[in-house]
Amino acid sequence: MIIIDTLLIGLSSGAIYALMALALVLVWRSTRVVNFAQAGQAILSTYLGYEVMNRTHSYWISIPFAIVGGAAIAAFIDAVILRSLAKRSHKGSVSEIAPVIATLGLLGLIRSLTGMIWGNAYVQYISPLSGKGYMIGKHTIPFSPQNLIIVIGALLVMGIFATIFKFTNLGLALRAASFQPEISRLAGIRVDRIRTIGWAFAGAAGAVAGALVTPTTYLSPNSLDLLLVSGFVAAVIGGLDSLIGAVLGGLLLGVGFAFILQYIGASVTFSAAFIILIVVLFVRPRGILGSKVGRRDA
Amino acid sequence: MSALDVKDLSVSHGAITAVKKLSFSIEQGQLAAIIGSNGAGKTTLLRALSGLIPSSHGTATWNGKSLLGEKPEDLVRAGIVHVSEGKSVIPELNVKENLALGGIWRKDKKDVAVATEEVLELFPRLRERLQQSADTLSGGERQMLAIGRALIARPQLLLLDEPSLGLAPLIIEQIFEAINQLRHRLNLTVLLVEQNAMSALKIADVGIIINVGSLVTSGPSKELLADANLRAAYLGY
Repeated sequence: MIIIDTLLIGLSSGAIYALMALALVLVWRSTRVVNFAQAGQAILSTYLGYEVMNRTHSYWISIPFAIVGGAAIAAFIDAVILRSLAKRSHKGSVSEIAPVIATLGLLGLIRSLTGMIWGNAYVQYISPLSGKGYMIGKHTIPFSPQNLIIVIGALLVMGIFATIFKFTNLGLALRAASFQPEISRLAGIRVDRIRTIGWAFAGAAGAVAGALVTPTTYLSPNSLDLLLVSGFVAAVIGGLDSLIGAVLGGLLLGVGFAFILQYIGASVTFSAAFIILIVVLFVRPRGILGSKVGRRDA
Repeated sequence: MSALDVKDLSVSHGAITAVKKLSFSIEQGQLAAIIGSNGAGKTTLLRALSGLIPSSHGTATWNGKSLLGEKPEDLVRAGIVHVSEGKSVIPELNVKENLALGGIWRKDKKDVAVATEEVLELFPRLRERLQQSADTLSGGERQMLAIGRALIARPQLLLLDEPSLGLAPLIIEQIFEAINQLRHRLNLTVLLVEQNAMSALKIADVGIIINVGSLVTSGPSKELLADANLRAAYLGY
């Protein structure tokens, strides 16, 4: 029973990691930027959701607001900040690293901004769903209705993305622009615009992660920082440029953490993330599903 | 007025001026071959005409409208389509998806379907491989796919960068034959950049020979082919 319980815990947290990894992979694929600001963006959109919930008293109404807000924040960062940065930086190693540094700066900026607006105290973003585990017979399993909605929400987001990428012209343009921007431009794709849409999708995925996971904990300007680390490790496990890889990486990491927590102890979970990251980079730098060129053509 | 008019065009590539004060013009429906060895500035010229890189001096117009300073994605919408060097396909996508890219921006989806069907009739091997990843195609098939994708955009001016590169002689002949048929059937104006002077001049109306970025000579391709001095110095046979 303990093994199944542990699996269930891992599945729910893994779904959140998967969403965060998905957000990082979407940005990486569309602009070759490791987006450190993702944790800040998710926080900001979650606070937006929190504001809407305070006014409407409905968690369910607040979620779409958080999603749209998250998408808009991401689109703004790419279209306004990173695009003008790209225009000003010349070719070479500086132009590759500048946007990454910019996202680090943005993370700090967004964090202090949310702190100024909402304060640094922990607040509750409450879901009407119970956080208490389901009962099976006399046994309470560590899987609550909120965990269920986390898994369903994550699956829904992944399903929507998979459908868009596989079956729509927008998805085709997103894939083409991420693989070969120059050939895509010559085919008539407005690559800049498509990249911003990729960022918006990522922002939306991060917002879903924030809005779903926060009711199980609390909300503060840096409450999603650990999620950024887990999401990044999950993305690397998955190969950094594979959407399915990100999902699998997230789930594997979630389950892995749950087992470490159960059988080794809470003190090592966080360091385990880095150990897993380093082992993956040594043993299989492409990740489980990464393409051959994924990391090289950065 | 010529359809494509290039005057005094200079394009720099870092510190090097790869195209120097180049002037030439092409009439509507003509096929012009730009011949030059490796490093002659041919690819740089096409990249400037299709908006991928900026020019530093001069003008280039298509039916009176300036090409310079426009984005490639806008030029495609104006009928100017560039098939870049080295089999311009997206290897991560399958053949069908690569073809679909050619018409992705077009509103007239019916005509995209018609154009796609035409391409598949012209290159039946692509039809057999629709679901295959472009990565698995041979060099010749990739070139067919790149040209096919360009055709689905219904171009008026086709810029082709070394379609013969890395292909076997027999395949080169097939590709060039296809280009020749197409331009007559669709009344295309074609600017064909080539190192393979012989094959290119055979199907071209005019030849433009350039060397280290500057014009050497231009004229009807038959005359160029007959000029023994030119043949020895620039055409390499």
